[in-house]
Amino acid sequence: MKKDIIIVGVGGQGILLASRVLGKLAMDAGLDIKVSEVHGMSQRGGDVITHVRIGEKVISPLVTEGEADAIVSFELMEAARALPFLKGQGGRIVVNSQKIEPVTVKIGTAQYPEGLEELLRAHGDVLELDARAAAMACEAPKSVNIVLLGAYAAGEEFAQEAWLKAVEACVPPKTVEANRRAFLAGWALGEKK
Amino acid sequence: MEKALFLGNEAVARGAWEAGVRVCSSYPGTPSTEITETVSKYPEINSEWATNEKVAMEVAYGAALGGVRAMTCMKHVGLNVAADPFFTAAYTGVNAGLVAVVADDPFMFSSQNEQDSRLYARSAHVPVLEPSDAQECKDFMKLAFDLSEEYDTPVLLRLTTRIAHARSLVALEERAERAVRPYEKNMQKYVMMPGPARRRHLYVEQRERKLAENCNKMEINRAEYRNLAVGVVCAGICYQYVREAAPEVSTFKVGMSYPLPIAAIAEFAKKVEKLIVVEELEPFMENQLRAHGVACTGKEATGLQGELSVKKVREILTGEKANLPELPAMPGRPPALCPGCPHRVTYQQLKKHNLTVFGDIGCYTLGALPPLSSVDTSLCMGASVGMAFGMEKARGKEFSRHAVAVIGDSTFMHSGITPLIDACYNGGTITVLILDNRITGMTGHQENPASGFDIHGNPAPMVDLEAICRACGAASVRTVDPFDVKAFDAALEEEIAREAVSVLIVKRPCVLLKGERK
Repeated sequence: MKKDIIIVGVGGQGILLASRVLGKLAMDAGLDIKVSEVHGMSQRGGDVITHVRIGEKVISPLVTEGEADAIVSFELMEAARALPFLKGQGGRIVVNSQKIEPVTVKIGTAQYPEGLEELLRAHGDVLELDARAAAMACEAPKSVNIVLLGAYAAGEEFAQEAWLKAVEACVPPKTVEANRRAFLAGWALGEKK
Repeated sequence: MEKALFLGNEAVARGAWEAGVRVCSSYPGTPSTEITETVSKYPEINSEWATNEKVAMEVAYGAALGGVRAMTCMKHVGLNVAADPFFTAAYTGVNAGLVAVVADDPFMFSSQNEQDSRLYARSAHVPVLEPSDAQECKDFMKLAFDLSEEYDTPVLLRLTTRIAHARSLVALEERAERAVRPYEKNMQKYVMMPGPARRRHLYVEQRERKLAENCNKMEINRAEYRNLAVGVVCAGICYQYVREAAPEVSTFKVGMSYPLPIAAIAEFAKKVEKLIVVEELEPFMENQLRAHGVACTGKEATGLQGELSVKKVREILTGEKANLPELPAMPGRPPALCPGCPHRVTYQQLKKHNLTVFGDIGCYTLGALPPLSSVDTSLCMGASVGMAFGMEKARGKEFSRHAVAVIGDSTFMHSGITPLIDACYNGGTITVLILDNRITGMTGHQENPASGFDIHGNPAPMVDLEAICRACGAASVRTVDPFDVKAFDAALEEEIAREAVSVLIVKRPCVLLKGERK
C-alpha cells in the first residue's frame, strides 16, 4: 500500500485539517505516514501545498514530482499548478470548482486561465465538485475541506467508518455533527462518479 | 510505546520536555515558532517570548548557569541577533545543558536570505546536530543536552524548513526530572575579560579536539554500506532524499556535522569508488572533508541556492530525468495582506503622498507588492529606522520631508528602540510609523511586550509605546487610528513636515485577532 497525496489550495482554506485527518486515518490503520506542511508567509492568501505520504514505510516527507496518486485541490487553478506532481497513468484529481482570483488578476495585470477543466482531464481521472455549495446544502458551511475529503475518500479503499472516526478525532467536539454531514455529502458526490 | 504524528518542531519540544528542560526563551520566526509554542504548553518548563533573540539566548544561558537545562529557539537570521552571547557562551561553557535550536530556511519560504547556520557553529566552535525526521528531532534534542553537559559547551540543533514543518511518527517517552545543579561563583570561567578569556579559548580548542575525535564513534554518525560504486555523505532532510532517490547507494549518515567525523568518513570513502556530499546551502561538510584531504564532489552538482529534492538528487546520483508535463503559464499567487488589514489603509495613505518608505520585517513587508507598491526597502529586523536616518544623512533633511520608516509593534520592541535613540541623539528629523496591530502577526499571533499579554495569554505588564518613544527623545509622539483616514492623513502630513524626530503610532488590531483581544 502506498498513497502519495498532494493537497493544494489558497492560504486560509483549511488544508492543514484535511492532512491531519489523513494522518489519523493512517495511524489507526497501523501505517507509516509523513506530512509536509506550509506555515508562515504563504498562509497570507498565497498558494499552499501539503504533501501527505502513507505506506508501510515512508522515507521522504515530500511527494516526488510525477509520483502522486492523487491531487486534492480546494481551488481550480491550484489543481492545474500541481499537475507536475501527478503520476503519468491513473492519477486522481479531486477538485473544488471554486475559482479564487489572485491579486494580479484582480488588479488586471494577469488573467485567470481558461480551459483548466480540459487541461486537468488530459492528465488524470477528474472528479470536479462544487464543495462550497455541497457544504452549504448540508448546513456545514465551514466544512468545505471535509466535503472535499469525503469526495476523495469515496474512491479509496479505506472503509467509510474508518474515515469518519478520523474526522471526528480531528475536528473540534462542537463541530463533529456538521463535519459528519459534510463528509457524507462529499462521499455521496464521490460515489456518483 | 505510544506514538504521535508530530511536526519536527513539536518533536523538538517533546525532546526538551523529556530531557528535563526547565527554561525556554525564544523569539518567534518561521520556521521555528511552533517549538516554543509547544514548549509553552508543558507546565514543567518556564517559557517566554523574549524581546529578541539576543535576550532569549542570554536568558537561556543565565538559566543554564543557574543549574537547569535551558533552551532557546530561533530562525536562522535570529542567530545573527543572538551571535554575540552565542560566541562567548562557547568560551565559558555551561553548568546545566544549553541548547540553541536554529531553523534554516533554504529557498526562503518565509525569509530574507538563505544563510547556513552551521557556519556560525564552526566560527563559534560549538557542536552541531542535524536531525533528519521528527523522531530524530526528539532523540537529538536529548542527546544535545547530554553532550552540552559532558563537554561543557552550548550545542546547536540545526533544523531546516522541511524538518521543522514535516510530520512523522514519534515514540513518546516520559520526562526525566533533573535536580538543579549548584551554582558556584567562578570568575575564571564566567567573567570573560582578557585574562580568563585567553585561558578559556585554550579550553575551547581542547574540547573541540576531544569532540572531533569522539564523534567518529558516535552512533548518530554511521556508515551504511550497500552498492559500493557510490557513497553519499548526507545529513538532515538530504538523507531522506538520498535514501528515496537512490536506495542502492551507500550512505554515510551524519548526525553531527560539526565537528565532522572525518576519520569515520575517510574510512567510508576508502570502501566506495566515488564519494559525493549531498547538502543544501553551503559546502559545509564538503569543505571540511576536502580540507582533510578526503576527495569528494558536491556543490558543483547540488548548487548553493534553494532546496534539494528527491527529483534533483535522483538526477545527480542516477542521471535519471523525470518526464513532467508542459503546462500553460499561470498567474502566480503571492501572499497578500488580508482583507480588512489595517496596514492596507496605512499604505494607501503613504502611496497617496508618494513617500519613500523604509520597510521592516513582518506582514507589512507585503506592502511592497502591487497594487500597494509602497515599500522601498526591507533588510532585517529594525533596519527601517536606522536606514531612514542614514538616507537623511546622505540626502539632507529635506529628503525626510517625503520619507517615513514603518515598523511593527513587535519588531519595534525587538530592535527598533536603539536606532530611534540613535536618530534622536544624533539630531535626525525622521518620521517613524509604528504599525501597532497589537500582536506579532506574520508568525501567527505571538504575544510581545507591547501587547499586554504573556506567552500563555495571561495579562502582563505592557510597554507604553508613547512613553518609551518620548523617553528616547522623539520631539513628537502621537497615536492615530488608520481607519480614521482624515485624522491619520492630517497627522501624517504634520509629522513628516516636522524638522525633528517624530513617531506616529498607527494603532488598529490585526483583523485576525479574536474577540476579547480587540
